[in-house]
Amino acid sequence: MAASMQHVFVGAATGVFKGVNLAQKKATNFQNVASLSREEEICAMCWGNQQESQVCIGLKNGLVKTFDAEQGEFTDCANCAGGDGRFTGLAKYQGSLVTCVESGLLRVWKDEGEKVDMDVGKDVCRMRQNHALPHQVATGGKENELKLWDIQEPEKPIFKAKNVRNDFLDLRVPVWVTDLQFLSEQKLVTCTGHRQVRVYDPATPKRRPVLNVELGEYALTALSVTPDCQSVIVGDSQGSMVMVDLRMGKVQKAFKGFAGAIRSLQCHPTLPMVASCGLDRFLRIHDINTKEMLHKVYLKSKLNCLLFSSADFTQEETETTKKQKRKLESSNITDEDEDELWGNMSVVQDGKKTDKTKRKAKTKKLKKPK
Amino acid sequence: MFYCVYSTFISTFYDLSKILGPPTSWFILSFPKMATPKKKKMPVQEEIQDVDNDSAMAVPSSAIPPPNISSIKNKMRRTHEFIKLKRQRRKEKKELQKKRKRETEALGDEAPPKKVPKTIENMRVFDETMVDPQDEEVLHDEAHDEMASYFSRDTRPKVLITSSDRPRSTTTRFLKELGQCIPNSEIYYRRGLDIKKVITQALAKEFTDIIVINEDRRKPNGLLLCHLPDGPTAHFKISNVKLHDEIKRAPKSTEHYPEVILNNFNTRLGHTVGRMFAALFPHDPQFSGRQAVTFHNQRDFIFFRHHRYLFKNNKRVGLNELGPRFTLKLRSLQKGTFDSKFGEYEWVHKRHEMDTSRRKFFL
Repeated sequence: MAASMQHVFVGAATGVFKGVNLAQKKATNFQNVASLSREEEICAMCWGNQQESQVCIGLKNGLVKTFDAEQGEFTDCANCAGGDGRFTGLAKYQGSLVTCVESGLLRVWKDEGEKVDMDVGKDVCRMRQNHALPHQVATGGKENELKLWDIQEPEKPIFKAKNVRNDFLDLRVPVWVTDLQFLSEQKLVTCTGHRQVRVYDPATPKRRPVLNVELGEYALTALSVTPDCQSVIVGDSQGSMVMVDLRMGKVQKAFKGFAGAIRSLQCHPTLPMVASCGLDRFLRIHDINTKEMLHKVYLKSKLNCLLFSSADFTQEETETTKKQKRKLESSNITDEDEDELWGNMSVVQDGKKTDKTKRKAKTKKLKKPK
Repeated sequence: MFYCVYSTFISTFYDLSKILGPPTSWFILSFPKMATPKKKKMPVQEEIQDVDNDSAMAVPSSAIPPPNISSIKNKMRRTHEFIKLKRQRRKEKKELQKKRKRETEALGDEAPPKKVPKTIENMRVFDETMVDPQDEEVLHDEAHDEMASYFSRDTRPKVLITSSDRPRSTTTRFLKELGQCIPNSEIYYRRGLDIKKVITQALAKEFTDIIVINEDRRKPNGLLLCHLPDGPTAHFKISNVKLHDEIKRAPKSTEHYPEVILNNFNTRLGHTVGRMFAALFPHDPQFSGRQAVTFHNQRDFIFFRHHRYLFKNNKRVGLNELGPRFTLKLRSLQKGTFDSKFGEYEWVHKRHEMDTSRRKFFL
């Protein structure tokens, strides 16, 4: 059924799972909307395999469904209930699913019902896996500092961040990690609900953030690292998306066009593009370099999470280019015909220079005074 | 000395009578004549005699416009010229209309369709969020949203009305009128309480909605509508408030449940806001009360009116305006109960980005 390739997979708050083809500008729902309930709200998504042909979707009621992009339907449904709260992160490690819920229960669902549990603290907001080292997982939440875990050693975190120093009033700075990402192999970058962007380096003995930047006026909700790993794009709860340069620690660019909170952001792995979705029911693709909005798709439901596939869709044929190709093929001009064509055309001679002194009287139409 | 002057005056008086005739005719001094002094000879009316017709700078006479009326210094002459101009323009317009009418009648059935003038409403920029009434996904979304319990008749509305701290007389009167207009509502004074604390107390007392009227400079200027228990919070700007006493011949409203009319809430955002308004009023209106509350959306401004209607016969209705009259403009719609710092916004009005086109609207 999935004859066209989906470039972006989006999960909605109503539970609808959508795929968007940007070249053809089409969005498809992969489920029957009427059969869904509020309990099937999509909370987290991740790629099921390296080839990005499978998507794992975590629902509010604890189920994790696997969607096959080639077949265009859901192939598997696993009950991953455990702990309280919604899924805050999904990952795949050596073929088995790793889930994390808000109450702090991080579980690796191995085959034959075997489970490995880890307690990562209360009120977790996000859990992400390191793509370079898949056994590493990072978590963070409200009053729950950033922690880096190794799945093979579930007892203690490899790295536990320390809060920054007291502020100028000597008050403790509150902690609220809303989103985090792995920056290159070792470093981590987080954004907080208190409008801070922080970079941590677990390789150094320093547990405090290497970089701490305060931005904007509203809580930051989503974060994504640009392909060159030099800057980071953050979105906030009022719909402002901004690019922060990590070397300078300053805001570089701001992207426009949003009306509501940004729930999820992802940069394309190779192309300079960023996809964002949020509560205003639109999926937007911006160009990172020119700040231009390339695509804006209305998706009717509030959007929770998205996955941007690595495929290079700019090279794909769109409908218009296909038509142009067909036209060219049908005209069938050979080389000999071309020479004849050029030979038959008359030679254009250079015109005489007009005498600048001779000016034609221009009769401008004068407007009637009112 | 005086006698001499007087005599000379009388002699001139009598001389004048010989020149001008009997005294009665003096008074017909013909005012219009006074008002129409000697006309300046407008050079434009004549043909410009161009000496050298072949010169490159020959300009046809019709191209030079008459001098501007506003350059005439004399007010009387100026007004007269303007009246003339207006009369001439009206005449031309009437002739054009008659001509067009004659043409359409002559053509009969073949006549081209009557032209529709362009208005801002019919030139509105295409909005892809306009709701299709049969759209399955939107229907499903609305059946499961925060206001769904009202529409499925599971809850009955109970509204808490309050204001900002220390309200002035206009605002207190406005609160009372709103309380009369919205059935099943209770008015509380704010007394310095945080809105988040108001919400927790209201939840305990099973309120379904909270309205907070903000006041600035002795007038109500903002309205916060928060649906409970976890419904969206809408923040509006209020303008143009007219209370019951300020509306002429306004009768008193009664306790009957009014009918609710929601006009032009067409986009997805408009739907959400419209549903929030509908959820304030009880489901079953008491038609014997003949009262109607209207929320009319036009160009993103929501006009609130409260009327009592009377059908005089099958075709004619009389309307009597009761209660308050005000205009609202949506500033932001926040998901969840009031939390302006950390809450997520579904829609925020960003003036510099959204107010760029005069023909783009959001509700």
